[in-house]
Amino acid sequence: MPARPFAVVIPFALLLAAPLQATPRPGDWEGVLDEARGQTVYWSAWAGDTRTNRYIEWINHRMRELHDVEVVHVKLDDTGTAVSRVLAERQAGNLDDGSIDLIWLNGENFAAMRANDLLFGPFADSLPHFALTFPDHNPEVLTDFTLPTEGYESPWGKAQITFYYDSADIEDTPPESIEALLGWAKANPGRFTYPRIPDFTGSTFLKQALIALAEDTDALYSHAEESDFEAVTEPLWNYLDELHPHLWRRGRQFPANGPGMLRLVGDGELSLAFTFNPSEPAAAVADFELPASTRSYVLDGGTLGNVHFVAIPFNSPNKAGALVVADFLLSPEAQAHKQDLAVWGDPTVLDLTRVDEATRALFTPEEENPAMLPPGALETTLAEPHPSWMGALQRAWQVRYVGN
Amino acid sequence: MLRLAPVLIVTLLVGPILAGLAMAVLPAFGYLPALGGTGFGLEPWRDLFSQPGLARSVTVSFASGLFTTAVSLSVVLLFLAGASGSRLDRWILRMVSPLLSIPHAAAAFGLAFLIAPSGLLSRLISPGLTGWERPPDALTVQDPWGLSLMAGLIVKEIPFLLLMSLAALPQLDPDRRVAMARSLGYRPAIAWLKVVAPALYPLIRLPVYAVIAYATSVVDVALILGPTLPPTLGVSILTWFNDPDLSRRFMASAGAVLQLGVTASALVAWWCVERLAARLGRGWIDRGGRRQGESSLRLAGQGLILVACLTAFVGLGALALNSMAGFWRFPDALPQGFTTIHWMRALPSLTGPVASTAVIAVISTSIALALVLAALENEQRTRRHPTRGRLFSALGLLYLPLIVPQIAFLSGLVVVMESLGGRPRLGLVVFGHLLFVLPYVFLSLSEAYRRLDPRWSQLALTLGTSRHAAFWRMRLPMLLAPILTAMAVGLAVSVGQYLPTQLLGAGRVSTVTTEAVALASGGNRRVIGVWALVQAGLPLLGFIIAVGLPRLIWSRRRGMRGAS
Repeated sequence: MPARPFAVVIPFALLLAAPLQATPRPGDWEGVLDEARGQTVYWSAWAGDTRTNRYIEWINHRMRELHDVEVVHVKLDDTGTAVSRVLAERQAGNLDDGSIDLIWLNGENFAAMRANDLLFGPFADSLPHFALTFPDHNPEVLTDFTLPTEGYESPWGKAQITFYYDSADIEDTPPESIEALLGWAKANPGRFTYPRIPDFTGSTFLKQALIALAEDTDALYSHAEESDFEAVTEPLWNYLDELHPHLWRRGRQFPANGPGMLRLVGDGELSLAFTFNPSEPAAAVADFELPASTRSYVLDGGTLGNVHFVAIPFNSPNKAGALVVADFLLSPEAQAHKQDLAVWGDPTVLDLTRVDEATRALFTPEEENPAMLPPGALETTLAEPHPSWMGALQRAWQVRYVGN
Repeated sequence: MLRLAPVLIVTLLVGPILAGLAMAVLPAFGYLPALGGTGFGLEPWRDLFSQPGLARSVTVSFASGLFTTAVSLSVVLLFLAGASGSRLDRWILRMVSPLLSIPHAAAAFGLAFLIAPSGLLSRLISPGLTGWERPPDALTVQDPWGLSLMAGLIVKEIPFLLLMSLAALPQLDPDRRVAMARSLGYRPAIAWLKVVAPALYPLIRLPVYAVIAYATSVVDVALILGPTLPPTLGVSILTWFNDPDLSRRFMASAGAVLQLGVTASALVAWWCVERLAARLGRGWIDRGGRRQGESSLRLAGQGLILVACLTAFVGLGALALNSMAGFWRFPDALPQGFTTIHWMRALPSLTGPVASTAVIAVISTSIALALVLAALENEQRTRRHPTRGRLFSALGLLYLPLIVPQIAFLSGLVVVMESLGGRPRLGLVVFGHLLFVLPYVFLSLSEAYRRLDPRWSQLALTLGTSRHAAFWRMRLPMLLAPILTAMAVGLAVSVGQYLPTQLLGAGRVSTVTTEAVALASGGNRRVIGVWALVQAGLPLLGFIIAVGLPRLIWSRRRGMRGAS
C-alpha cells in the first residue's frame, strides 16, 4: 500500500506549518498587513438591524479595496451562539482552525470568553488607529463593564440609553427621572414597559433604575458577591413591585428586546420607550417604523452608556486579517461613515476634541433632525456596573417575576 | 447494492443522533472538560430544577404537544369524513400544498400580526365597531397558557396531516367501504368515521407521532407565539445554551435531556389516549348509531379547516402588506403610504442566500430521494413486506430525527463533527438537512410506492424486461406525480431548517431562513415581511413544479397526472 506513508507525513507537515500562519505578531504592523492579504475574515455579528448589516457590507467592500481582505458577515440572532461555537471547537480539540475570526461583543460575553481563555491578545494597543481614541483621556475604551480589556478587544462604537416618545401622544413633558417615571406610569397605565429580562436592554433598565434608587452606588462597581445584594437592591424591587401593575399588559408580559419595544411604539401600544442606540429613533422614523412626531431625550442626571468592541477568538486561522479589520473599524473613514445618520448613526469612539482638524472635518455635523437628541445631550454618561451585577439582577428578577 | 440502502439509511440517521445525544448527556451530568467539568455529579440537575418557572415551562411544552396534535388530527378526520367532492372541498384540497410550503416561522409571524391587540383584525374593526382609538391592553399573543402557540402550530400541522392521510387513503379503498356502510343505512360522514377512520389511523400514526414530538420541542414558533414568563422548555434551553455565563451550558444540557423526557412522556400519554379512544370508539361503533350528528360533524369539519386555511393565508397577506408599508398608525386599516424601499434594500442581499438555500435543498432532497427509492425498490424485490405504521421496525428508526427534539442532539452533534475534523462547510449542512429531509421524503413516498399494483411489474417482467428496466421505464414514470410531491415536501423541509443550518454551518452558510431568523431578532415587521415571503416563495415554487410537471408531461394521458 504505497499511499500509507503520505497519510502519516501530511498531518505532521500541516502540524508544523500551522503555527507559522496562525499567530501574527501585532507589533509588526507591516508584517500583519502582508499576512492579511488574501485572507477571508468571518465576522460573527448580531444581524437584527438592516442598517448595521449594510454597514458591515460596506466594511467588506472597503477592506477588499484597501487591503485585499474579504469580510464575511456571519449573521447572528444572539452573540451567545458565537461564544458557544468557540467553546464547542475547543471542546473538540480544534485549537488553530476555528470558524470565527472576529466577534462583535461586550460586557458579559467578553467577561465569559476572557474568563475561559477563549480570546487572542493582547492586540488593541498595536492597532495604529487605536491611538485616535486617546485612551488616557477616555478610559471607557479600556474598560468593558468595569473589567479592564487588557488589549483583548478593540472598541468600535458607543451606546447610551436614550428615551423616545410620540409627541403627538404625550403633550406635556415626559418623565425625566426614574422616580418621575413611576408617577407617569400611574397616570398613563399600559403605555410604558421594558424588555424582558435577561434581554440586554431590559437588564440595562434595571441597572439604570438601581443606580437611581440605591443608597450606596459604590457597591455596584465591585463584584456583586462582595456586597449585601439583598440590601443594595431592595429599593429596586420595591420600585418594580409598585411599577409593574401600571406597565403594558400590567407587567404580566414584556417585549422580547429593544426593537420589540420600538415596534410596540410604532403600533401605538406604547407611548414611551428607550433604546441603547441614540440615533435609532431618528433612523426608525426614516424607515417608517415610528411616527414623524417622535422625539428623543435623556434622563436628568445622565443615563448608562457603554462601548462595544470586537475581539478575536484564540483559534482563529485568520488573525492577521481580523487585526486589519479591527484597525480599519477605528479609522476616521469607517467611524465617520458609521456615525452618519443616513448609514447607521452609531456614535464614534474617536475623541473628536483631540484629533486633528482634517479628521474632525470628516464627521459631518449633526443635521437638525427633530427625532434626534439635541447636541450635547449625551454629555453625562453613567458608567456600567461590574458585569456580575447584570447576572445577579437577572436571576433575582426571574425568581421574583417569572410565574410558576 | 440495493440491499445496502436500508442499512445505509439507518446508520446515516441513527449514528449522528445517538452520538449527538451522548454529547448532550455527558455535560448534563457534569462532564465537559472544555469548561473544567471533569467529574460526574448531579449539580446541573439541581440547577435546572431550581430555575424559576420550570414546572410551568414543562407543562406548556407537554400540553401543547398533545393538544395541538389532538385538534389537528380531529379537524383532518372530520374534514375527510364530511368531504363530498364539492367545489369547496376541492378548493380546500388544492390549498393544502401551498399551505404546507409556508415555513412555520412565517406562518407564526403572520398569525401574530393578525391577532395582536394592534393587529390587522383589531384594526379592521376599530374604531368603527369597538371605539378603540388605541390598541386594547389585552394578552392575545404569547399568552401564558400557550393558546396562541397552539393555534399557530395547528394551522401548520393540519395541512401536514391532511397530506399524509390523502397519501395513505387510496389503499383503503374508502369509497367502497363507505358505500357498504351506506347500504346499511349510515349517513356518509358517520359511515366514514366508523369504517374508514379506524383503518386509516394506523397508517398515519408515525406522522402523528412526529407532530407530537415537533410540537413539544418547537423553538422558532414558540419564540414568536409562545408564552414568555416562563417560555416553553425548548426556548428556555436555547436561552441557556446561549447564555454568556458559560457554566450554564451544564444546566442547558440537563434541560435538553429533560426535553427528551418530556417528548417521550407526551408520546406515551398519547399512546394511552389512543387505547382509550379505541375502546370508546369501539363502543360508539357497536352502538350502531346511523344518523346522529351527521350534519354538525360535516359542518365542523369544513368550518374548522376553512378557518385554519384562511388564517394562514390572511396572515401571509398581512405580511405582504407590511413589506410594502409606509408608516401605519393604529387603528388605520391600511398603511398611510406604500413604498418599495424595503424590497429594494433586501434585493441585493437576497441572491447569495437564495442560491445557497436552493443548492442545499436540491442536493439534500436528491440524495434523500435516491436513498428512499433504493430502499423501497429493495423492499419490493425482496418482498419483505414492511411493518406498516409500527414504530419499532428497523426502518421505523428512520423517524428518529423527527421524534428526538432537534435541540437535544444538534449541539452535541457539532462537537462530534468538530472532533471528526468535519469543518463547517456546505457539505456538513447538507448532511444535517438530510437527517430531516430523508424521513419526510420517505413518509410522503412510501405508501404510493407500495400500493402501485404489483401486476404492472409482473407484466413488464413477462414481456422480458429486466428488473432494472422495469424500475426505470415503468415504475418511475408511473410514480412521477408522487415522486415530485415527495421532492416538493423534501425541498420545503430543507428550506425551513434553522438550527441544523446555523449550528452545523457555524453561521457561515447563510440561507433565507437563517437570514430571516437573524433579522427577526431585530423585530422590524417590514423587513420580516420581505424575508418571510421569500422564504415561503421558494418551497411554493417546488410545489408548483410538482403539480405542473406531470400535467405537462402527461398532457395526453389523464390517468398519469396524479391526484388533484
